[in-house]
Amino acid sequence: MRPLITALGLLAAWELLVRLTGVPTYILPPPSRIASVLVDRFDLLLEQAIWTGAEMILGFALGLALGAALAIVFAASAGWRRWALPLVIVSQAIPVIAVAPLLVLWLGYGMASKVAMAALVIFFPVVSSLYDGLRRTDEGWLELARTMDAPPRAILLQIKLPAALPAFASGARIAAAVAPIGAVIGEWVGASAGLGYLMTQQLARGQTPLAFAALFVLCLLGLGLYTATDRLLRQLVPWQSFQGD
Amino acid sequence: MAVLVVPSLSVRDARIAFDGHLVADRLSFDAPAGQTTCLLGRSGVGKTSLLRHLAGLLPGTTRAAPLAYMAQQDRLLPWLGVLDNVLLGYRLRGDEAARRAAEPRARALLAEVGLGDRLSALPRTLSGGMRQRVALARTLCEDRPVILMDEPFAQLDAVTRLDLQDLAVRLLAGRTAVLVTHDPLEALRVGHEVRVLHGSPFTVGTVIAPPGPVPRDPADPALLALQARLIRDLRGTA
Repeated sequence: MRPLITALGLLAAWELLVRLTGVPTYILPPPSRIASVLVDRFDLLLEQAIWTGAEMILGFALGLALGAALAIVFAASAGWRRWALPLVIVSQAIPVIAVAPLLVLWLGYGMASKVAMAALVIFFPVVSSLYDGLRRTDEGWLELARTMDAPPRAILLQIKLPAALPAFASGARIAAAVAPIGAVIGEWVGASAGLGYLMTQQLARGQTPLAFAALFVLCLLGLGLYTATDRLLRQLVPWQSFQGD
Repeated sequence: MAVLVVPSLSVRDARIAFDGHLVADRLSFDAPAGQTTCLLGRSGVGKTSLLRHLAGLLPGTTRAAPLAYMAQQDRLLPWLGVLDNVLLGYRLRGDEAARRAAEPRARALLAEVGLGDRLSALPRTLSGGMRQRVALARTLCEDRPVILMDEPFAQLDAVTRLDLQDLAVRLLAGRTAVLVTHDPLEALRVGHEVRVLHGSPFTVGTVIAPPGPVPRDPADPALLALQARLIRDLRGTA
């Protein structure tokens, strides 16, 4: 309830500021104007939101799956770890934004390049969090498993992997928060649909209120993805007690 | 139950050291087959090190036989319920038939440790004493010829402790067991043999074999006299 009051207060201050200073609408539209655009252009915004939402969710799922698979491979195989792990770390030195035009060049203006972009952005936090979790298994559990004659595969799947789920959950939460960034950057560089595309297009035309409305919907999408992910992760890791709930 | 080939355990001329600190040197020790040997000693003397040495958990050591090892910590997996924790060994070894065959035993053991109504409870909902009882059930469910236990009753209240000592004695019968404790009376109740560890690096004292079958009556005057002697022994070698 309190964050809502804070948000409403900020919106009121924004409205007041625009009215008092008389800033032109194409520079900073007042919230009331953005709200009316939201209502008037609802169909357009919804259509674009579905497009961008699909990019986000597909990219999120792809990045999560690839990241988790690679982390498990690294944990299971010293060979892979030695040959490929340094590359994964070094790859983070490449600014993802700089890769976006290349992805559009290779994968086209459609959805694929945006999904790839989102997957690329979240890949690293997922790999590093899960791999880290897999390496930090409680020594006592491993010892117990060894005295029980557990094969390495069972130790990985039944001990290390569940023990790493809380760490993986942290990575997945970060991934959910940054997945929209990947999708929108992809749309800015070159697209024919989506909220990011709508924003750049409308800003260029001086239709700032519609751009703001698109931004607002984008925030809702990001929030939705994060909240849904957070809920799912709590189901996945029920033995972890959360403090401060 | 399969017929167990029960081995004795023996250590000859062993050296145990961590980080340059010598825990034991030229150590020799025997635990007779099919009997329970209690290791008694003050905190930090090296009881756990000797147990880990026997379990093959120290660098450069190997274990002599298939065994079940119960550490001081309960080491329950937080994502598994009580019953699944007790059956962990069977789950890890992936032998589904053996797991199904062991399940009635696991249930019976949990009932005996007083947790028959908490089979699916997650460990974090249990008290420290309850968790230790689950760990005890897990260790005994493993059905191994050799069982090593590190202060298995430390977290229990006095009455539960006596009950579970009785249970352990019954289930350890015919197996080679080494049990670490710092409680002289506990050692005298459940051990066929009691060995006192003292000194640094530690040495293992001579065999003390209290009379009569285990579990012994804690009110037996002979036992209490032995207890007094052990306490004097432990204090004198601080």
